[in-house]
Amino acid sequence: MAECIECGADVTLHDDLEVGEIVDCATCGAELEVLAVDPVELDAAPELEEDWGE
Amino acid sequence: MQIGMLYSRIRRDEKLLLAELRERGHDVTKIDVRKQRFGLEDPPADFEGLDLVVDRCLATSRSRYVTRFADHYDVPVVNHPETAAVCADKARNSLVLAEAGVPTPATEVAFTKESALEAIESFGYPCVLKPVVGSWGRLMAKIDSRNAAEAILEHKETLGHYEHKVFYVQEFVEKPGRDIRVLATDGEPVAAMARSSDHWLTNAAKGAETEHIEVDDQMRELVETASEAVGGGLLGVDLMETGDSYTVHEVNHTVEFKALDEVAEVDVPGTVVDWLEARATAGLREAPV
Repeated sequence: MAECIECGADVTLHDDLEVGEIVDCATCGAELEVLAVDPVELDAAPELEEDWGE
Repeated sequence: MQIGMLYSRIRRDEKLLLAELRERGHDVTKIDVRKQRFGLEDPPADFEGLDLVVDRCLATSRSRYVTRFADHYDVPVVNHPETAAVCADKARNSLVLAEAGVPTPATEVAFTKESALEAIESFGYPCVLKPVVGSWGRLMAKIDSRNAAEAILEHKETLGHYEHKVFYVQEFVEKPGRDIRVLATDGEPVAAMARSSDHWLTNAAKGAETEHIEVDDQMRELVETASEAVGGGLLGVDLMETGDSYTVHEVNHTVEFKALDEVAEVDVPGTVVDWLEARATAGLREAPV
């Protein structure tokens, strides 16, 4: 569990959390980037860029 | 083995690969390219001792450069920078497919809205206007009329980044409500899926429904040739059915496979890692196209 940096709600996290992963806040819908896992640190995820994809 | 993974965002695809690599006991170094600096002499410290580095950058621009630097540092990289450069650019992608004799949709490139409009009119309506760099079906336009064509071209010319002034115009292919994605390693299909939608865009990222599909001989041959045309590697080859044949519309070089893994009958990340291990063992680097 971690705190959403946008709305302050608790964010549920998976056990296999990875640095660089994006998690969604179920309360406000914010996309959050995992900056660290031990302890968990979240920040606002980068906005979609035009050249993202596969 | 020591395997590096270049990334800026860990998607489910990267998690599948990471889990498989770690399960097999490989030493995996995740390299966030946003934190790196790439010089002309020595590689960044995180590259030290790597047997192979896998480019999983979400941003095409970063992918093109980091693969080039990895190659410069003599670190074997998947995919090769030339493959990344070709696949990142739809015009170059179309050119190499045509040069290899792979059926691909008729395409014209024009640099002004006037010449682009001529290209559009010559294809007739509907036809398709795509950005030369882009993915997930974004900024794709199915053009149904001259009025729409004029408006879209003016918007792109006025509001767009300079790459949007490279007008990539393509025939509209009447596909049967679906297209096909084949994941391949050096031209050998791993698995394939059909992506179906009521919308003309059938990207999985657009919410298309996916189902497993068998790779037939014709598909296999096209995938092998298309893969070779872009320099080989871990690729997603996209095909459309055209009656009793196929047309290959593009090859993707940082291919996503989570949707395929859900419907495939094979272990997709396992098969990909088998291939990565073989590449790392061989220490091979593909010859430029």
